[in-house]
Amino acid sequence: MARDGRNGGGHPWGKRSRTVGKGLGARVAGFLQDWSLPRQFAGQDVQSTAARSSASERLRPRLEQADRVGTSVCPFCAVGCGQLIYAKNGRPIHVEGDPRSPVNAGTLCPKGAGTLGMLLSPERITKVLYRAPRSRDWEVRPLDWAMERIAQLTRQARDETFAETLPDGRIVNHTVGIGSLGGATMDNEENYLIKKLFGGGLGMLNIENQARI
Amino acid sequence: MALWDLANSDCIIEMGSNIAENHPIAFRFVTEAQRRGATIIHIDPRYTRTSALADIYAPIRSGTDIAFLGGMIRHILENDLWFRDFALEYTNLAHIIEDGYEDPEAHDGLFSGFDPDTGAYSQDTWQYKGKTVPSSIAEHREQTKEQDGGDYESMTESPPPQDRTLQHPNCVYQIMRRHYARYTPEMVERVTGCPKETFLTIVETLARNSGRERTGAFTYAVGWTHHSTGVQIIRACTIVQALLGNVGRPGGGIMALRGHVSIQGSTDIPTLYNMLPTYLPQPNVFHDHATLERYLKSETPTTGWWSNMPKYVVSLLKAWYGEAATKANDWGYPFLPKLTGDCSQEPMTMAMVDGVMRGQFMLGQNPLVGAVNADFVERGLARLDWLVVRDFAMTETANFWQKGRLIERGETRPEDIETEVFFLPAAMPGEKEGTVTNTSRLVQWHDKVCEAPGDSRSDLWFIYHLGRRLKELYADSRELRDGAIQALTWDYPTKGELAEPDAEAVLAEINGYTVSDGEPVATYKDLKDDGTTACGGWMYCGIMPKKGHNVARSRKPDGPDGPGSHLGWAFAWPSNRRTLYNRASADAEGRPWSEAKKLVWWDEAKETWTGLDVPDFVETKRPDYRPDWSKRPHGMDALGGNDPFIMEADGKSQLFVPTGLRDGPLPTHYEPIESPVRNPLYGQQINPTAKLWNRPGNTLHEPGDPRFPYVFTTFRLTEIHCGGVPTRVMPHTAELQPEAFVEVSPELADELGIRHLDWTVLSSLRGEIEVRAMVTERVRPFMIDGRTVHQIGMPWVYGREGYARGAIANVLLAITGDANTSIHTTKALTVNLRRGRLTHLKREARRGR
Repeated sequence: MARDGRNGGGHPWGKRSRTVGKGLGARVAGFLQDWSLPRQFAGQDVQSTAARSSASERLRPRLEQADRVGTSVCPFCAVGCGQLIYAKNGRPIHVEGDPRSPVNAGTLCPKGAGTLGMLLSPERITKVLYRAPRSRDWEVRPLDWAMERIAQLTRQARDETFAETLPDGRIVNHTVGIGSLGGATMDNEENYLIKKLFGGGLGMLNIENQARI
Repeated sequence: MALWDLANSDCIIEMGSNIAENHPIAFRFVTEAQRRGATIIHIDPRYTRTSALADIYAPIRSGTDIAFLGGMIRHILENDLWFRDFALEYTNLAHIIEDGYEDPEAHDGLFSGFDPDTGAYSQDTWQYKGKTVPSSIAEHREQTKEQDGGDYESMTESPPPQDRTLQHPNCVYQIMRRHYARYTPEMVERVTGCPKETFLTIVETLARNSGRERTGAFTYAVGWTHHSTGVQIIRACTIVQALLGNVGRPGGGIMALRGHVSIQGSTDIPTLYNMLPTYLPQPNVFHDHATLERYLKSETPTTGWWSNMPKYVVSLLKAWYGEAATKANDWGYPFLPKLTGDCSQEPMTMAMVDGVMRGQFMLGQNPLVGAVNADFVERGLARLDWLVVRDFAMTETANFWQKGRLIERGETRPEDIETEVFFLPAAMPGEKEGTVTNTSRLVQWHDKVCEAPGDSRSDLWFIYHLGRRLKELYADSRELRDGAIQALTWDYPTKGELAEPDAEAVLAEINGYTVSDGEPVATYKDLKDDGTTACGGWMYCGIMPKKGHNVARSRKPDGPDGPGSHLGWAFAWPSNRRTLYNRASADAEGRPWSEAKKLVWWDEAKETWTGLDVPDFVETKRPDYRPDWSKRPHGMDALGGNDPFIMEADGKSQLFVPTGLRDGPLPTHYEPIESPVRNPLYGQQINPTAKLWNRPGNTLHEPGDPRFPYVFTTFRLTEIHCGGVPTRVMPHTAELQPEAFVEVSPELADELGIRHLDWTVLSSLRGEIEVRAMVTERVRPFMIDGRTVHQIGMPWVYGREGYARGAIANVLLAITGDANTSIHTTKALTVNLRRGRLTHLKREARRGR
């Protein structure tokens, strides 16, 4: 978890380095002015003016650095909370609840609030991995090679298991030799093409997702 | 109902769901209702944060929901607490059932029509007298070989016979009174363990908060579906809600809280074996489905909205097979694969283990954590020729051959496993665009904000390019069997260097278009059965009503002044309607039941239905319209202006279900498939039509088996989601819930000498695991039928991958199926528990692994 060490704001030493060179008295006076406790005693509101300091003045929300923002939907449960994803230089830098959404009005639960941690997880795999039969290890392979191999294996398995009829002659035009699991975490368009290709194109029947488990 | 509509409820019963922890943001509408004065009730085997925030908490033993809800039905009927003007008018309460109908009262738990040889029911005696009623769920028979439809024309001859005085001994009202007579408050306590007084407070609170001026709602989740009687539990709730008038009205309804971002969308536009898009039945060789004409004849109801089915089927075929779909070839109907049985996940697992399956795609699903009997699944994976896993981080399924439980135990070695495995990295939200459908049918578009890293691709990219390659591989074939893949329309435009398919082009096909000019159809009413329209999913029609107009992108919520239906926020199927069956929010004459609960009503001046939502009715059908039976009316003409439930063949809410359920027309309490308790209600111990695969590797525990005395239930955590990998690799959530545990009551812990955080071993005939004990009063022993029954609970979301790790709870559970859906039981099977560790793991721990 320590690897998720993105720095959120002003550096604690920043202020001190700027006061180097001033006299001790000026530094003490400056510190006392900046310190919120005396100002609270002087009557300032702890939730607004007294909360300010020279360090807090320099704190800026991460999302201000974004060069892009898009509307998204929280990827976890089916409540469908609106999210705003902010990106900078093609990389997501911030995810927060969409305040306009009548579902969540800007709020998110611990999972949704952690979405950025999922997108940037050090555990994320970004290369194609391949395990040959009987091998003890993964190896990295090109995506294009894997796609062609998968297409060939799919065709072979389909052709070897396809049934046009039952023994009594009734037409079935199906294969039960290939299965597909998954879909509930994906988009409608993706589900549509899976069912269309696997069911409507290849004749696969074993197409299922998390809806039934 | 829409999620936000929960805030309009006067009483919310959360049952089979831990909404505060598992759907925290939906729970904000519950707290909003509570703030406005609603009573919040939680009924659950475990005391959770949902219980802590409820006004009333009722403990019940896992798997006894029908006993509780059946008790509610009895109490409502016997004390005349039901909403008479609503239920008499809008439900089939007064309908008369066939003379031959016999209740479980007469057969010790079985309905009439049971054939012990086949283990299946004939539904002949469950019909309305003199009728054959088509099912309202088009895909209902796909898993079974039940008899074909029969004479649906009988529904057009006359209305179903009724006795509105409710005196006829075979009217639904009298049948239900007899059926639920033994579900007394005392019996509820004896079966469920919930104190009688608490039960009575709950049913009276809900009844008091129902009627013209008030409405109540239920929320449920997999705490209801993951049982051998899952469908009937939900049915029991619908009976309660229809009797009390809590359907189709603001703040009234039954809210299914589903678990994945587009689990609703993947049910509507299904990656499911038994349906074609938007609830059309997958053809089955054992039904009368040999030709399109016969398929349509045997599956299309003659009355009600589903009579439009042929338009939807032909438009779908046209969308899939394009120019190759002609009238001469039945619009390509022969291309569709025909079912020969249940192909859902559980039998698919059996097929894997038996070596029938050659290859398997795992698209964002992780069955070695999420599927029951994980060791059995692992054996199945090892028999595959090849396995393709698409995910964004390593899953237990992808590396089973290297780190699986069988490898860990030394039962097998990687060198012995032939399976060729591919791991393809997947793009995540923000890295792709498209629509997802939330649990209340809200279809929302999400944007692509940045590129996915490295070789990560969207699933749309994967499936499109796989299809493109396969079409090339099959391009030169002359085999008849390859006609479907050759004909399949697949010319989606792509964008950018990576050739990402245009998701909006796919959505446009789902929406539908006119074949001649490619212009979008605006509504499913424009679809035709003559091949002039194409449509990939009729219920989603209207999501792109004009070229370039994507309603799922719409982001205009209502302001603080209401009305709060938020019709400008995204799209809800069908027709952007937020509350289904909302005709029921008005009385028989079309007037709102009350000012406080108005939603949709008849505007006499304009001769149309209108209101705060899109009316779920023929807009111009007058409330006083009655079918002219002398003309043999078909379709919507056979439904009156007072028949709100337009997807039903008679427009009435089905308290009693004549067709479509495998396990009986009325919910009946059976014990879970494995239970320490003998069924106190009937001699029949378990659902007689439950799906069982009792075989080596998946052996079931006999009822009352002393080796496995504890009821075992599973749950998930706020911080760790489902199959677990996305949240187990997310630093913040992993830190918040770092490892697995089992919840044990202080009483059971005392009995077994287990202290908090001790290691324990959980075992069943399927497998054993070790996990630390969480000794907590969140779980309590139950007093059932005069003796103590202990229950334990464990989160099922852990595995060996990611930062937060722990034992896989699903190792313990057997593969079983609900009679109607084949959904497995995870909430109530049995296990043993002891203090200690597994020896092989202890050995490894000593070796420092």
